[in-house]
Formats: sequence, C-alpha cells, structure tokens
Amino acid sequence: MRGEQSMVPEADVQPFESYYGKQIIKTPTWKTPDVPLYLFLGGLAGSSALLAEGAALSGNTTLERFTRLVAAGGAGAGTVCLVHDLGRPERFLNMLRVLKITSPLSVGSFILAPFSALSSAAAASQVTGRLPVLGRLAGVGTALFGPPLVTYTAALISNTAVPAWHTARRELPFVFAGSGAAAAGGLAMLALPVRAGTPAHRMALAGAALEVGAVATMEHRLGMVAEPYQQGGSGRLMRIARGCTVAAAALTVVGRRSRLLRAVAGASYVAGSVVTRFGIFEAGLASARDPKYTVVPQRERLRARQEARAEPA
Amino acid sequence: MSVRDSLARSLHGRLDDVQGDAGYGDPAEHPPRMGFFTDTSVCIGCKACEVACKEWNEVPDDGYALSGMSYDNTQALGASTWRHVAFVEKPLHPTTTDLGLPGMGPPGWDTHESGLPRAAPAGADQATESGGANDDAGVRWLMSSDVCKHCTHAGCLDVCPTGSLFRTEFGTVVVQPDICNGCGYCVSACPYGVIDLRKEDGRAFKCTLCYDRLKEGQTPACAQACPTESIQFGEVDELRERADQRLAELHEKGVDVARLYGRDPEDGVGGDGAFFLLLDEPEVYGLPPDPVVPTRDIADMWKHVGAAALTLVGLGVASFVSSAGRRR
Repeated sequence: MRGEQSMVPEADVQPFESYYGKQIIKTPTWKTPDVPLYLFLGGLAGSSALLAEGAALSGNTTLERFTRLVAAGGAGAGTVCLVHDLGRPERFLNMLRVLKITSPLSVGSFILAPFSALSSAAAASQVTGRLPVLGRLAGVGTALFGPPLVTYTAALISNTAVPAWHTARRELPFVFAGSGAAAAGGLAMLALPVRAGTPAHRMALAGAALEVGAVATMEHRLGMVAEPYQQGGSGRLMRIARGCTVAAAALTVVGRRSRLLRAVAGASYVAGSVVTRFGIFEAGLASARDPKYTVVPQRERLRARQEARAEPA
Repeated sequence: MSVRDSLARSLHGRLDDVQGDAGYGDPAEHPPRMGFFTDTSVCIGCKACEVACKEWNEVPDDGYALSGMSYDNTQALGASTWRHVAFVEKPLHPTTTDLGLPGMGPPGWDTHESGLPRAAPAGADQATESGGANDDAGVRWLMSSDVCKHCTHAGCLDVCPTGSLFRTEFGTVVVQPDICNGCGYCVSACPYGVIDLRKEDGRAFKCTLCYDRLKEGQTPACAQACPTESIQFGEVDELRERADQRLAELHEKGVDVARLYGRDPEDGVGGDGAFFLLLDEPEVYGLPPDPVVPTRDIADMWKHVGAAALTLVGLGVASFVSSAGRRR
C-alpha cells in the first residue's frame, strides 16, 4: 500500500474530502485465492452434506456416495485454504482457544472443525462399508453443521468495516446459501447420471434462483456502495458469475434428458458459484481501497442524523 | 473467556466502565481508564512522537520511501507505524481570483461544502499559512499525530478469534504477539484502518498505549516526547474535561473550525480512549467521519445467517420431494 497512491485522484461526481486520496480503512489482508476459494468450498461442502442426507433418506446410494465425498473433500480443502491464509499457519489451533460470538471466524471454527471430522467419518464409512451405523450418525451430524457452514461465511466478511461487505450483511447470507446449493447440485449433475442426479438438479436450479435474486436485491439496496459489485474488475466478475449461473439454469430446463447438457449445465453452475465468491471478495477489497465508500455513506448518515435532530425543534 | 462472558458484554453505545465490562470488577478494583487527548491545534509536525514510539517499542522500520505528496513520508498508521503525523496542505482559496488580503486576518469566510466557514485558523498557536497574498499557492497546514483510538467498543478485539487481542486493566486494547496467528480479521474490522499485519512477521501489531510503561506508572513514549503538549496522556475522564475547556477556549478566540473527534461516548464506537481536537473535517486528516464498530450489527448478521441456513434446508428438502414439489 505504501507509496502506491501518491497522487490525489481526480475529483469525483460525489464531492468528498480525503487525505491525499488515500484510503481510510485498511485493505483486508486475506489472500486470494485462499479466502474466496474457502468461501466457495465451504458452500460446496455444506450444501453437499444436505444432498447426501437427503440421498441417504431416499435410498439414492449413487448420489449419497458422491456427495459425502464432496462434503469431506471440500471441508478438507477449505481448511487447508484457511490455514494457508494465516500469517502464522503453525498456530492454527489457537482458533479453538476461545469461543466468541462476536467473532464469526471463531464461531466458524467451531462449525468447520466438527463438520470436517464428521464428514470425513461419514465418507470413510460410506467408502469402506465399515461401521455403517456410526457412519450414518456422522452423516446426520454433517447435515446439521452443513447449512451454518454455508452461510456463516457471510457474517465472516460482513462483520468488518469494509463498506461493500458490511452494508450487504442482510443479503450476503442468502447469496451464499443460493450459491452453495448451486455449486453442490451442479457438481453432482456434472458427475452423475441423469436419474441419480435429479434431486441435485432441482437443488442447483433453486439455488441459482436464490443467488441471482439475492444479488439483485443487494445491489438495489446498497446504493452507491453497490458500485464495486457493478464496476471495474469485481463488477466484471459478478457479471460473469451471473452469466454462468443463468446459462446453467436455462440449460437445466432445456436439456432435461441429455446427459451431456446436464454435465455442461452442472459445470456452469459450479463456475458461477466460484466466480461469485471471487467477485464478492474483490468488490470488498475495491470498496476498502477507495475512501469514497467510507466517507460518503458516513457523511450521509451524519447529515441525516443532524436533520432528524433539527426537525422537532 | 466463555461464551457467556461474550454474551454479557455490551456491544455498542455508551459504556462508562470499560474495564468492568471486560471482567475487571468494580471501578474500585481496577485503575482508571487511561488515554490520549491529541490537541492538533498545537502540533508542530516534529514527529518526535513517531520516533519516540519506535525507539521505546522497538518497532521495525516502515520503509524509507518518499511519498512526494507532502512532508508526510510515513503516510498511514500500520503494523510498524503506531504514531503517524499527518500533514495536510490545503489550498487556502481553491479559486484564486479575488484575493488581495493576507489570509491571517479575521477568518476568511469562503464557505465550505459542509456549510461551515472555512476560517483561516486564527489562534495564536496556529501558524497555518504560507505563501504570499498574491501567490495562488497559498496553503493552510494542518498537522495531526494519529494513533490507535483504543475504542470503547473495539472492532479488532471483538473479532479476534484467538483471544490475542485483549482489554487491559487500563481500558486499552493490546495484542499479545505470543498468541496471534495472523488471521487478519482485526485488520478488516477496524473502522479507522489502524491495525495491520506485519508482512515479514505474519502477525498483527498496533499501538499498546505503552502498556509496559503504564504498568510502571510512566507516561507513554509519544506523550513524553511531545514538545508542545499536543499529545496529552491521562485519565480519560479528566482528558475529556480538558478537551472541552480547550474547545471552548478556541471557539472564544474565533477558531470556529475547531471540533472534538472521538470524545463523544455516544458515538458509533462508544467514544475513543484516544481522541482529538481537529481544525477541519475528520476525513481531511484521513479519519472516518462517523465510524461504527462492525459488531454493533452482529445480532442482525447472525439472524440473517440463521434465516439463510434454514432457507437452504428448505431448499434441500424440496429437492427430494417428488417432482410435484419441483420448484420453478
């Protein structure tokens, strides 16, 4: 950051003052691709756990086996991403020293840790056929921790001073829920025959609708803070993500019986979900770098407060 | 710290006994809350505070780059910059057409966007102008030594997942380097952009308000070194009174632009343990005009996270209900 921006940027449409155009809050130090990839993998794993439990209950062994592996693999890979992102990775267990509800990362560690353990146990039992009862119980546990694993990551990034994330705190959980469902459903569609993958295709379609709807609501409500979701590199990612997701949904509806079209649609869902996470991540960084997104909404808030105080008098 | 402790904590708003809230017992059982009042109207930009801080705390260098933007080559607070002197050089008269008078007389009354008069600070303490009367490069200099605010409701402390950041018995907020694992959550959660990770080290660092010196009854290094008493150290309650007096004094002298920043215990962070007297809008110094601790909204966030998780469950169930239940 140092020395990067020594020029005062050109005057913007919204007048605001700053210290030589420098940003006020720090740019998040979370690394790319570690953190956006974790956001995706958590969504994929958590939603796959739900699919697995549904498959187990409905006797769809093909789907169950695949989604159990995805849940365990996603949680494992996600954990690797999180640990790799730490400045002192060898101290990752310090995450479990305390439990603080004011820290979504702390709460999340206590979701991710049991989810990882249970999903691995369930997958191992599924593959080896050993201890089926315990495996089944582990599967139920995995399904319980799955949905929170998908959506807590929204609170993780919202509980920051980063304008594009903090302001979007109400919609992001729904974006992540939809995006996670689309990814889990999409991956199963990609890998499995049409029949076994039918619940997956329904889940992906519903997830896509939720994701696209929640993103639209979010962009509408955020006002000027929505700009990073619409402009620049992060805006481009968001458009690509929406394109992938909408195309996948269309293909799902059109190519209902074709194995090939199913697979293409599945891949497109997964791509949409991945790119959504990167887009949201990058939009946050962009909103941190530009003092406009810190100053203008806060000025607006102050002005509204002053007006409210002045009115009764 | 247990979950119950963290539930019992107040998350935002006024809080008169920060230490008590953090588990230090009644006010009689812990020292008073200590802090800084930085009166920027007497800051001369000598940077003695920056140097003293580095020396005492053995903070590594933060680069030798020349910023090219002003005398401020330090540029911002960071992991290795715990005091930062800002140099604001603002053109006195953005459109230099009708000037014939030296700017030091009665406040110049060209108006600011905010509606506040842009007074040339007229206090005797304040030599803020350079450049001749006909020189359109006339600038006003504002200098301010920035520091960690040691918030009443500290975002960094709230989000730290390891318990490395803690509230001291003096009401200050300090990182324990032996516990920090460099997750960086505090960096994103600080509404002021104070704390940061030290890249080569991996951990987070910031001002400790010289915790070690406080324990020995000493003054923090920066305040000790300040030659103009711009940085004043003391009990927060007393500093607040002192700041109010100083503000009244300046207003009496006609320095209408003077305002206190971070002093109000009702603000978005419950008031700062280190607060300021400024001569312009906060953002001119690189400070957020209305900072709010992100955790103020934590209940709202968890509620939506829960609702979204339930939505996902519903979506999962619907996917397995026979084709009659297919959505859309």
